[in-house]
Order: sequence, then C-alpha cells, then structure tokens
Amino acid sequence: MVTTTGGLDLQASFETTLEGIGLSPGMAHLLWLPLPMVLVLVAAVVGVLVNVWLERKISAAVQQRIGPEYAGALGILQPMADGLKLVFKEDIIPARADGLLFTLGPVLVLIPVILSWLVVPFGQNLLISNVGIGIFLWIALSSIQPIGLLMSGYASNNKYSLLGGLRAAAQSISYEIPLALAVLAVVMMSNSLSTVDIVNQQNGAGIFSWNIWRQPVGFVIFWICALAECERLPFDLPEAEEELVAGYQTEYAGMKFALFYLGSYINLVLSALLVSVLYLGGWGFPLPIEWLAGWLGQSVDAAPVQVIAASVGIVMTVLKAYLLVFLAILLRWSVPRVRIDQLLNLGWKFLLPIGLVNLLVTAGLKLAFPGAFGG
Amino acid sequence: MFALSGYDAFLGFLLISAAVPILALVANKLLSPKSRAGERQLTYESGMEPIGGAWIQFNIRYYMFALVFVIFDVETVFLYPWAVAFHRLGLLAFIEALIFITILVVALAYAWRKGALEWS
Repeated sequence: MVTTTGGLDLQASFETTLEGIGLSPGMAHLLWLPLPMVLVLVAAVVGVLVNVWLERKISAAVQQRIGPEYAGALGILQPMADGLKLVFKEDIIPARADGLLFTLGPVLVLIPVILSWLVVPFGQNLLISNVGIGIFLWIALSSIQPIGLLMSGYASNNKYSLLGGLRAAAQSISYEIPLALAVLAVVMMSNSLSTVDIVNQQNGAGIFSWNIWRQPVGFVIFWICALAECERLPFDLPEAEEELVAGYQTEYAGMKFALFYLGSYINLVLSALLVSVLYLGGWGFPLPIEWLAGWLGQSVDAAPVQVIAASVGIVMTVLKAYLLVFLAILLRWSVPRVRIDQLLNLGWKFLLPIGLVNLLVTAGLKLAFPGAFGG
Repeated sequence: MFALSGYDAFLGFLLISAAVPILALVANKLLSPKSRAGERQLTYESGMEPIGGAWIQFNIRYYMFALVFVIFDVETVFLYPWAVAFHRLGLLAFIEALIFITILVVALAYAWRKGALEWS
C-alpha cells in the first residue's frame, strides 16, 4: 500500500467529498483517476512549449541574434504556431517505404516518453501514481524508445535514415547501463524504488541532505547519460545534420515529424525533472518547510500551510528542472559533437566502470556509515 | 480491483498517452491537403534519384555492443533487488555482490581485450 505521511492529499479529499454525496468508493476512485493524468499531460505539453521557446531564445542569445519575436510578446507563442503549422502539413509516406512501420515508429517513440511521467512527483501526494517500482518503470520504458527509432529508420528505406536509426539504437543501449547503475546507487541509499521515497530521503536537512553531495559521481554519470538518451548535442549523432541529413527523421513530414519533435522535448523535460528528483531534492525547498513553518509559528498540518507548501514544492521541482534544461541548452552551444567511436568509448570504457565503482563505493559507505547513507 | 496498488492508474495513463499520437495523426489526416503522387514520394538522397534501396545486407558494427549490452543489462536488473534490500542484508550481501560484479568485470575486461568494444 502507498503510505501517506502528511502533505496535501488531493485524492483523499476528492474521494471523501464524492463519497459524502453518496457515491460508492469505487466510483469516486474512477472519477478521480483521469484528473491527474490529464493535468500532467497538459503540464508536459506546456513544459515542452516553454522548453522550445527557451531553446530558441537562449540559442539566439548565445549567437547574438534576437530569435523569435513576432508571435506574441517576445515570441512566446512561436512554438504553438510551429505546432499548429505542422498539423496542417501534408503527410508524405515515401513510395518505397513500409507504410505501417513508418507510422508506428514515431508513435512508439512518443508513448513510453509520456507514460514515464506517471512516476514524476511534484509533491508528497502530487503524482499520478506512486507505484512500487517507481524509477524502475522509467528505466524499463526508456528501453522501448530505441525500438521505435530503429523501426522508423528501417521503414523509411532511406540510407541516411537507416544509419541514423542504427546509431540511435547503439547509443541508447550503450548509455542505458551506466544510467541504470547511477540510479541503482541512489536507490540503495533510499532503500526504495519509489520516487516519493527517494525525495523524502533527501529532505531531512534541506539543501545539505540532497543526494548531489553524497552522489556527485552518480550525478555526473546520470546527467551525461540523460543527455545521450535524449540525443542532445554533444551526443546528437543519430540526427547529425551535417552527415546524415536528419538521421531517422529524414523522410518524416507533418504530424509524424511533430511527434518525434514532441517526444524528444518531452524526454528532455522528463530527464531534467528526474535529475532534480534523484539528486536535487525533488520538491524540497533549500530550507526544510517544517523549519520555516515552525519558525513562523504555524503547524505543518494546517490547511493553508499545506497548500502553500505544496505550491512551493511544485515551483521548486519545475525551477530545478528548468535550471537543468538551461544547462543543457548552453551545453548544446558550447561543446562540439563527439564521434561515434568516442561516444561508444565514453559509454563502455569510462562511464560503465566508473558506474560500477560508484555503486560499490556507495554500498561500502552505507555499511560503514549507515546514518549518512540512508540506514 | 487490481492486486498491486497504483497500477490501475498505469493502465489508464497508458490509454491516455496512446490517445495522444493517435488523435494527433487523425487530426493531421483530416486537416492536411491530400497527397499528389509523383516526385515528392521519392526517397530523399541529397537531390539525386536514389540509387538502390536501403534494405540491403551490410556489416552492422553495433551487434557486438548489443551482445555486451544484454549481459550488463541483465546484471543491472539482478542488482536492483539487492540494492533495495541492502540495508537489511549487511556485510555478507556486500561480499556476494562484490563477487558477482567482479565476475562481470572480468567479462568486460575480456570483451575489451578481445576488441569487442573497438569501433574499427
């Protein structure tokens, strides 16, 4: 069972209210279920729009251009205009392509990325579902994505696409193992796979108990692997536009191209959110909210304090995630693209051994200092 | 209704997230102009007429990485239950995991030495 230890619990309030007006508990639960899902989906899409706008504006600033400026104030509506344009674009399937796989590819890329938002917590009870396998669900789902990429690369019957698809698959599988090992060390410290437990374990003493201080190596491994999994520059080999046109996306137009685009940006925001959950204390404020409440003479269980604490939590999660997105965008314009052999060497000969050592060191430290490493 | 708590939401979210690309593609189908066959349906090959297809036999250099991946991915999955239960298992579990990882590191060193991780 999911244990709730304080904090705003909208689900319980909602279901109690509905049961109060005479609905059965099952019915109340069924009515509740779609609400957080739709909310998270909208949040993800808005997050992507903001991300695209930031990407274009920051890239422009880095290159001393102005960037989008006509659609809305400061061009803030530009991503929406782009998306709308793509809906009205003709859907071209090359005559020699495999039509079914060609359509299935982008769909298969997008679904697991959206589904992973199931375990992203914005507060103690502010997530869709606190499933027991938590972070492992994300690792499992992220393994599905390369199948979609390979599928669309193969189905296009285009040489660039095929090479891009193969590169994407090789890159994803090479960086998945160090990524999983970095997560493993965090899981060991939290004694749980649940994302909520992982955050709670970090929020004992505010900023000083965040995992980044206890897992600095894991943090760097995770961040490099997350960039590689998202195919961000320096690791954007699958779609290296100077050599492969656009990799597996070459033949795609209209909405199917938009699905790839959406998928890659949702993945970036998701990775940034998960870095903040695993290493930067998730929804935690740099000072524990209990201390602040106590200092102001308020009880943490009072309704207004709970609402304020939950709002601060959401803002902190989003703020930390966008700080990392900002970092990713700056990295894009500061670091040159690696070659494929360098990419594979970095993954297999550097990150994998370091990840294993990091895991064993964490285990050893946990034995030696159980108090500091989660008992 | 479900044996494990929380997974009814997984099923629901699976349906909702599957609906997103389907709805997007249907909207595109309804709103976009209809295709006129011809040049535009050719495969892109830097402006030339494509020479041959991509569905041919060639040496995929990544398959060795795929084989090594299978070994280490399974290893990681084995380590997850160990990591979650580690606080209750103590020193013996640490030594056991050390032996387990050492065997796999030997395998990695062997693959490395044999050139399975080389690009050329």
